[in-house]
Amino acid sequence: MHNYDEETLANLLRTLPTPPEAWVKAAQEIPLARRGLDDIVERARADQAFREALIADLERALEGAGFESDPALAEAVRARLSL
Amino acid sequence: MQVAETDAQLVARCREGDDDAWRELVERFSRYVYAIAVQAFRLPQSDAEDVFQEVFARAYVNLPKLRDDSAIRPWLAQLTRRLCLDTLRASAREQVGDLPEPSEVDETITNLDEALALHEALAGLPDNCREILDRFFARDESYRSIAEALDIPAGTIASRISRCLVKLRSELEGRNTPLAESGG
Repeated sequence: MHNYDEETLANLLRTLPTPPEAWVKAAQEIPLARRGLDDIVERARADQAFREALIADLERALEGAGFESDPALAEAVRARLSL
Repeated sequence: MQVAETDAQLVARCREGDDDAWRELVERFSRYVYAIAVQAFRLPQSDAEDVFQEVFARAYVNLPKLRDDSAIRPWLAQLTRRLCLDTLRASAREQVGDLPEPSEVDETITNLDEALALHEALAGLPDNCREILDRFFARDESYRSIAEALDIPAGTIASRISRCLVKLRSELEGRNTPLAESGG
């Protein structure tokens, strides 16, 4: 058995600081964001007008569809739709 | 006190599309990923944030490809390491000669593995101990703020920390493997 004295334990506990809460929350919301992306892609495939709006001005079309401005989301939509 | 779900069990639930499991997975490994970025690779916060988000975004997408669910920790470490190196190489601020030595990175990650396993061992402690040790050591909170948050006298914090460290050591002595070999 390893002998962990209190100082060693204290040092190890200090080794893992917490990241900013907002980072953790954003990472935890990835499934929701991905589902939002899937919805956009599905709608773009089914709705020609929406697809044309995305091609014309992707950020504005996304905002018009109720999505907050998000460069990562815009980039993901571009990639998924090959825009 | 609670019995922690193993890494493999948690990953299995994530594969099934369980959003709660994903939140738990992020919570479990967020400090580890963050520490690799800022300690092993010394990334500034802005780059560390990009790496942090990209690690979890890729992990989410590629989780179904993970061959061994219990290997999530080394898999995340490798992914974080690769993205940190990409960031450093792409950064105009850094020269190639400034990249950390792989042996130094290995050593830091080994230490972080040990720290993460210890953090997981905290789950075996009573809630009040887990909270007080985490707030004091990992969150670097003062006696006063801990006392306020937990509604206990500030003058008792030091002795409580000491007692909780003893409990943590006892918890570890109940395990048969050194920290670095435990987990999952």
